[in-house]
Amino acid sequence: MPDDIATHVRDQVDAIYRSDSRRVLATLIRLLGDFDLAEEALHDAFATAVEQWVEKGIPANPRTWLISTGRFKAIDRLRRTAKFESTDTAALDRFETQSVQTPDYDDNVEDDRLRLIFTCCHPALSPDAQIALTLREVCGLTTEEVAHAFLTPPSTLAQRIVRAKGKIRDARIPYEIPSRAALPTRLDSVLHVIYLVFNEGYFASTGTSLTRADLTGEAIRLGRLLTELLPEPEATGLLALMLLHEARRASRTTPAGEMILLDDQDRSLWDRALIEEGVDLVEHALASRRFGPYTLQAAIAAVHAEATSASATDWPQIVGLYDVLLRADPSPVIELNRAAAIAMRDGPAMGLALIDAILVRGDLVDYHLAHAARGDLLRRLGRGDDAIAAYERALELVTQETERSFIARRLKELRPTLPR
Amino acid sequence: MKYLCLIYDDEQQWQKFPKEVQDKYMGEYMAFTESIKKNGQYVGSNQLQPSHTATIVRARNGKVSTTDGPFVETKEQLGGYYLIEAKDLNDAIQVASRIPSARSGSIEVRPVVERPQA
Repeated sequence: MPDDIATHVRDQVDAIYRSDSRRVLATLIRLLGDFDLAEEALHDAFATAVEQWVEKGIPANPRTWLISTGRFKAIDRLRRTAKFESTDTAALDRFETQSVQTPDYDDNVEDDRLRLIFTCCHPALSPDAQIALTLREVCGLTTEEVAHAFLTPPSTLAQRIVRAKGKIRDARIPYEIPSRAALPTRLDSVLHVIYLVFNEGYFASTGTSLTRADLTGEAIRLGRLLTELLPEPEATGLLALMLLHEARRASRTTPAGEMILLDDQDRSLWDRALIEEGVDLVEHALASRRFGPYTLQAAIAAVHAEATSASATDWPQIVGLYDVLLRADPSPVIELNRAAAIAMRDGPAMGLALIDAILVRGDLVDYHLAHAARGDLLRRLGRGDDAIAAYERALELVTQETERSFIARRLKELRPTLPR
Repeated sequence: MKYLCLIYDDEQQWQKFPKEVQDKYMGEYMAFTESIKKNGQYVGSNQLQPSHTATIVRARNGKVSTTDGPFVETKEQLGGYYLIEAKDLNDAIQVASRIPSARSGSIEVRPVVERPQA
């Protein structure tokens, strides 16, 4: 039954594409030294697989077959263009000599994936380009999918990717895993990209939906891949942080999409399996004694995740962790979060004094969450008028639809209680 | 591959430095230049006169116009350059990070277009 065989082969090719196309691409980029050429080679290889495997059967090692077929297709392509145009044949010469040695396809395959990640997240590329390129090349999202996830026109995003690839080629950004000496800063840049993808999914900056499971899912997948390939403590810490936040996703919005704050979340909705995995990873990262800001944030998330209610939370421990975090990575936003934890430990007045001090200094004056946090503490202190003023300021600054309606709701609750 | 490392620094600050600080700085530059000459990465370099000596020249429709100085007042001015030979961008960044002005100003690293030798 040739039709059955054809369907079976096509299903197999689809499955291999899903599980292995990124690995094949990562190796082809190394062998061919060019992103675009490697992408064309990847598609040629899979197209050839569909044709040939029906007749000859599926090879014993499909991945090696695909890499070697892709490479030959690319050389063919270069030969054909070289015949018509008197272009630079140096690339061709390079591949021809390369074929004398047998390229070790399989041994290097995991290293190639790391090379791809580090190249896509090279700090010489703009942060926007790093994110776009990583989602496109490492995660295998289409340009349209990446554009949709970031609410960017596909043409803008396509151009961003073309420009990034152009810089990799023209400035000669090497396809390599950074040296030991360069690793800490280069890893920071990779972690930052993953964190930004996650954050956009966890707390969408614009649009009507607060969370975007597609982006948090991709970020976690990237985090898992990275810790598997390179088990550095901060990579582990970041994965833990993402899992612990993701565990609470179902409880963060009402079925109608309205935002629910941590204090009011239904903790029975939290994903225990993810929490357990996250807590394990945090402990692992902390034990390394080489941890940094991501691990500390994960440790804070773990304390929240393990508490049965907001009031039963170990606030002194959270404040203590924020103290360490503030020393490791000083920033006004972390100060703000620390102030909120102090308010829970020592009462709203203490927290308010700290937030006011940040604002007086001129930091976070345009950050809606600083004003919303202030409004919340003023409300708890019974200072209705001041709370309204703070929430009104937050409302002016907020850009995200779900947060806007949350703040508007708080304002509405406050207004009728006012003595007129 | 060749990279041009353009050195941007605050020249006013430089002029305010006492002589011994300037000398120390020049000493560091000399040591840096020596080190990249020794490992074969040096192609060329020059220090430029301060930006107030600059002249902008344009030729439009056969007419040459000449105006004074750089276009905008910025904190950092182009003060000199190194042309280096490097394996790739990472290698070039590594060299650029050792230019003494990288600590006070900034270095712009630009790959040089390579034309096939005909």
